[in-house]
Amino acid sequence: MAVLQSSPHTPPQNSVSNMMVAVLYALIPGTLVYLYFFGWGTIINMLIALLTAVACEALMLKLRQRPLRPFLMDGSALVTAVLLALALPTLAPWWLTVIGTAFGIIIAKHLYGGLGYNPFNPAMVGYAMLLISFPREMTAWLPSGIEDFTFLDSLRYTLFEVLPHGRDYDSITMATPLDLVKTQLGLDHTMEEIIGNSRGLFQQAWGWINLMFLFGGILLIYMKVIGWRIPLAILVSLFVISTLFAIPDPDLRPSPWFHLFSGATMLGAFFIATDPVTAATTPRGQFIYGCGIGILLYVIRTWGGYPDGVAFAVLLMNMAVPTIDYYTQPRVFGEERD
Amino acid sequence: MTSQRLWHFFGGLRLAGHKAMSMKEPVKAAPIPKQLVIPVQQHIGSAAEPIVKPGERVLKGQMLARATEYVSAPIHASTSGKVVAIEERPVPHPSGLPGLCIVLESDGEDRWKELQPHPDYTELDPSALRNVIRDAGIVGLGGAGFPSFIKLNPGPDNSVDTLILNGAECEPYITCDAMLMQEHPRRIIDGLLIMKHALRAKQCIIAIEDNKKVAHTLLVNALHEHEAEFIKIVQIPTIYPTGGEKQLIKVLTGKEIPSHHLPINLGIICHNVATAVAVADAVELGKPLISRIVTFTGELLSKPCNLEVLIGTPFSDLFDFCHYQPKESERILMGGPMMGFIIPDNHIPVIKTTNCILVQDKQKTSRPPAMPCIRCGRCADVCPARLLPQQLYWYAHAKDFDKVQDYHLFDCIECGCCAHVCPSNIPLVQYYRFAKTEIWAQEREKKKADLARRRHEFKLFRLERKKQEDEARKRRKKALLQKAKDTGGTEKDSKKAEIEAALARVKAKREQQSRQRKNVENLTPQQQQTIEAVEERRRRLRNIGTTESTDKDSD
Ligand code: SF4
Ligand code: SF4
Repeated sequence: MAVLQSSPHTPPQNSVSNMMVAVLYALIPGTLVYLYFFGWGTIINMLIALLTAVACEALMLKLRQRPLRPFLMDGSALVTAVLLALALPTLAPWWLTVIGTAFGIIIAKHLYGGLGYNPFNPAMVGYAMLLISFPREMTAWLPSGIEDFTFLDSLRYTLFEVLPHGRDYDSITMATPLDLVKTQLGLDHTMEEIIGNSRGLFQQAWGWINLMFLFGGILLIYMKVIGWRIPLAILVSLFVISTLFAIPDPDLRPSPWFHLFSGATMLGAFFIATDPVTAATTPRGQFIYGCGIGILLYVIRTWGGYPDGVAFAVLLMNMAVPTIDYYTQPRVFGEERD
Repeated sequence: MTSQRLWHFFGGLRLAGHKAMSMKEPVKAAPIPKQLVIPVQQHIGSAAEPIVKPGERVLKGQMLARATEYVSAPIHASTSGKVVAIEERPVPHPSGLPGLCIVLESDGEDRWKELQPHPDYTELDPSALRNVIRDAGIVGLGGAGFPSFIKLNPGPDNSVDTLILNGAECEPYITCDAMLMQEHPRRIIDGLLIMKHALRAKQCIIAIEDNKKVAHTLLVNALHEHEAEFIKIVQIPTIYPTGGEKQLIKVLTGKEIPSHHLPINLGIICHNVATAVAVADAVELGKPLISRIVTFTGELLSKPCNLEVLIGTPFSDLFDFCHYQPKESERILMGGPMMGFIIPDNHIPVIKTTNCILVQDKQKTSRPPAMPCIRCGRCADVCPARLLPQQLYWYAHAKDFDKVQDYHLFDCIECGCCAHVCPSNIPLVQYYRFAKTEIWAQEREKKKADLARRRHEFKLFRLERKKQEDEARKRRKKALLQKAKDTGGTEKDSKKAEIEAALARVKAKREQQSRQRKNVENLTPQQQQTIEAVEERRRRLRNIGTTESTDKDSD
């Protein structure tokens, strides 16, 4: 365009890869809790997803004739892979992870123009696609605290779908708390009965996982890698709407705390919904976007067909982003306050 | 005096100052160069027009080129000597294009023309003051270079409440204003008083960033007791770009100047501290603006410093004086790192707006290739104009010039904050400049096309009218003939009437032509040239008009 390089002439302050690496670091505490409660499954999924993501990214860059190095180094594909792996059940067969990741990277990211141009969060597109296509595999969570399910057992299942001797699929998998609450409420049980009956440790695991993602997320806000508006809007709106519904029927509606600390709430609020490329970018728009996600999350969990709704809530709001951004432009300097 | 309430503006950056290195020593006078290259355009507005010829001898301070229009400023000889050429030379401009310059060979005598000082400015009324300031070629020395006398003319409908002297100097590395405030605090106040008189301003504020404590103290000390009643000297937080006019006004008064408005609409006028000194020199000493302080700095220099430089001194002369040899690995900027531009040639001259020459290590200040925008919004968090730089970029990139204006492109002050923080290292400001230039060009084209269309429409109208007139004439003639027949009168009468009418028409036409021609006699060659140029443009426009009309026909 212009012949001369234009101002400012200052050294680079930051880079996309630094930001992505920070996100990956912030995911570590949550991931460790996964490892502690659910064994190696998630870690194995993560490795498979990472390999797939890098391979697909490289392939697509090659096909689209983009320089490999800077784009592979930006780390965005790695973040997509890790987020998807964290959302997948512990007992996911390898092909599930591969298909989900490849779909996310190839279709949701590169066919839309690659980094910066994709309107939908690639990890969530991959997840949603899997959930629709393979509902059984997508709900195969190992209950926490099975000490005798070793790394090799996990690996064997992931690669060959073979369970250790003497175990069958239904006996070792179990629904997540959200799932459980949903089906049990459908069977006319009260919240108290459900919570009382469900295995405490399992709930505790999800509580811890969410707590750790909350911690990692706050760290990211502190490091200014993500903004505070979107997570806050999601959590507050989820809290408010679940309180409103829980007050009249505490027996039939899970408490707000239950919503905040189960499923992918914190992962979604701090790591998925804040993906800058697909989120709203104006300050007011970010509040609207976050509230939309929080409310949709509750709606899908309570009345929808799926136990958790992070993926769909985020994708639906992704769709609304261009409109939100257009109508929430900040007041320009000197413009009358309205 | 210090308990002034302050506001703050949105966004901005806290940048490392890098100012101390060039403030260790007092301002040194740079030597008179052998040859000075003085561009005729050193300001915003139309270029000055040379009034000297090659070969002519001139005295220091003598006018070399005069202001052509209202928004323009004259140019003066920075030393005595001989004009050797008037030609295109490389000039300091972001576009990198050359410009017309008056090349002056100094005779070493540095002999002043006869000066006309006005020791007591109160004897001059505001309009006379403005003329003095205009003739001295004073323009805003803070960077933009807008002719100062215009900003000393509030106009009949405005009254000035607050006159602000901008001593913020918010860009890193630049220290010329800080040095000036330290070395000549009283001169600044003298200039301020003159400006206040010209504007009939009620109160004055001198604003200084709080990283220039020394300058602040010295200015406060230089203030006479009774002056403190109407002059406040205020320290403001060091946040880039607090020296931007709109930002500074916001900080000091809490008022935001709406886009497309001027501070004067809110009763505020803003001038730079160095401009105030130039005004004092022009009025009290009669000296035109022929020199300025330039910061020559950068980590790579052995001795960064501030120099008092004659306008027109080539950069290379300053380099020699400071024993600096440019290297391939270095980059030389005019201005600071945030808003300065790379100079195309080491021989370009110092002009009225050259506040700083900054030498940078190319490697340390170059950015890696740009990545796509990830919409992280950091740019929007720091934009002092509260724009959405990412959206501006998106639409500028897509050349969607309507949308880019919807997002307030023209409120962008090109401060560079957004590009500074962008993790994708996108040269955002470059895109905004590009979009602005394109839009201006399109608008010019559109105006031209509109004119052509109007001409074409007028032509059609004229043809139509002619047709109607012809018909009317025929009808009239017929009617006359008819009448003649009817009344049984001779044909002679009607013929006579017709001849008379024709004569009257010819006479009218002749008169009209002579009216048109009236100004065409006694033209200077230059006027003739202008007229020819105009004609040429018209011809071209007509061509556009005809092609357009054929387009229309084929539709
Ligand atoms: S800072 Fe750069 S990458 Fe981030 S939104 Fe702005 S332009 Fe895009
Ligand atoms: S350069 Fe323009 S868009 Fe960027 S921060 Fe400055 S005013 Fe805002």
